[in-house]
Amino acid sequence: MILISTVIVAIMLLAAVAALLFKNHVAAVAAVGILSLALSVLFVILKAPDVAMTEAAVGAGLSALVLALGLRRLGLWQIESSNSTQSSIQKSGEHTDA
Amino acid sequence: MRNLASLLFAGGLGFLLMVFGLQFDFGNAPMLVGQAIQSAAPEQVGAANIVTAVVLGYRGIDTLGELAILFAASTAVGLILGHRHTSTKPDPDSGLILRAGGELLMPLLLVVGLYIILHGHLTPGGGFQGGVILAAAFFIPVLARPSTPLKHTGMMLIEGFSGAAFILIGLAALYSGGEFLQPLLDKGTLGNLVSAGTLPLLYLAVGLKVGAELAGLLAHLAAAEVSES
Amino acid sequence: MTLFGLEITLDLILYTGAFGLIVIGAAGIVLAHHLFRVILALAIAEAGANLLLVLSGYRWDAIAPILSGSESAAPMVDPVPQAMVLTAIVIGVGVQALAVGLAMQVKKTYGTLDMSAIRQRLEADIAGTAGIATTGSQDAPLGERPLPPADAVPVTPGSSAR
Repeated sequence: MILISTVIVAIMLLAAVAALLFKNHVAAVAAVGILSLALSVLFVILKAPDVAMTEAAVGAGLSALVLALGLRRLGLWQIESSNSTQSSIQKSGEHTDA
Repeated sequence: MRNLASLLFAGGLGFLLMVFGLQFDFGNAPMLVGQAIQSAAPEQVGAANIVTAVVLGYRGIDTLGELAILFAASTAVGLILGHRHTSTKPDPDSGLILRAGGELLMPLLLVVGLYIILHGHLTPGGGFQGGVILAAAFFIPVLARPSTPLKHTGMMLIEGFSGAAFILIGLAALYSGGEFLQPLLDKGTLGNLVSAGTLPLLYLAVGLKVGAELAGLLAHLAAAEVSES
Repeated sequence: MTLFGLEITLDLILYTGAFGLIVIGAAGIVLAHHLFRVILALAIAEAGANLLLVLSGYRWDAIAPILSGSESAAPMVDPVPQAMVLTAIVIGVGVQALAVGLAMQVKKTYGTLDMSAIRQRLEADIAGTAGIATTGSQDAPLGERPLPPADAVPVTPGSSAR
């Protein structure tokens, strides 16, 4: 139990630091989603299954969806880091087409 | 300079929290309220899931306030983003996989969401978790076909009626001589689907309200105009 | 198991996780140069606060707060903090959506999400509404400074934009 908790806490802290340091905003949102998922596993270990379900559904699912929609509407949705912000809006449209 | 001061602030905050936190006796929570609730909940509320008994029974007014906060947030998002101008053309429809998967997933998600809501007093789960899944079910068709937007009036009707139902159940308890939101009806046997009195009805109202509200919020965010520049 | 003379226990690791998330989130809120990072940092700090609340109700010898069968005498972890965290998580996503909506409006109005640029534009707007000159800024405040002399470090208007 102490080993798995250490691993999960390490994943959480790494994901939190990565969410603030990644240049790419999509990767940062994905890091926040990973943090929420690890946190929900930790809630299961802490004997809080209700909270774990909520965290998995809300934190890892809906919150990431809200942030990703916000990214797209803010024009920050860039998969490749070389694109300029201007063309990323067109790019995201093409991605959904394909 | 500003960065240094900010880092100093963060480090100091961490040190302060660590000093306070290690004073707690971890793993031996006193549970003055918790033990009383745990021993009294099976007779008073009749829900197998004690967290549900706390959320809807002992702290029901908290849940009502939480629903009010969620309503305020969703209304504020609607106000800030406003309505999409009809002149701007909607996003093109998404690909075949998302459209077919959306049609397949939506009824399944509805069933799973309602299952989780209705078993909230027996197993982990309940109105909030199931409501989020219902919101996903309502939102997936919008994601698959942005040209056919969500019917906001229908969502508002569901939301309003379920919110009113929550308050009406609370007022019914008040009318029958109890406290506001006190569980009514027959407690049933512990562990049955039809048990715990009005708790499943309250959770159904919570779930529908959360689902409709979050779906409307997502639809607002998805339909917001793409910012220029 | 000891490390650097400090005994590594489960509570130390869990508290490190909770406080680490809160501190990383707070540092991100004050240090971020981009408005979207502030929203992400807010989400991180909120996750840490939720973990701390759940930790406060944990018991070593307890089971999850769900009655199964007839043995209701077994000790359970505290259900009250769990119920509070349950509502806090759902409120958190509402707050995040509101923050994203506000960020969209900021982008629409000012055309940028850079924090220092937004701050300059905001101060200029406030000063313009109040009808006073916008001579001072955060990097070149009004008033006399005893040392060093004001012309020793030339302050250009764009220097604060990172």
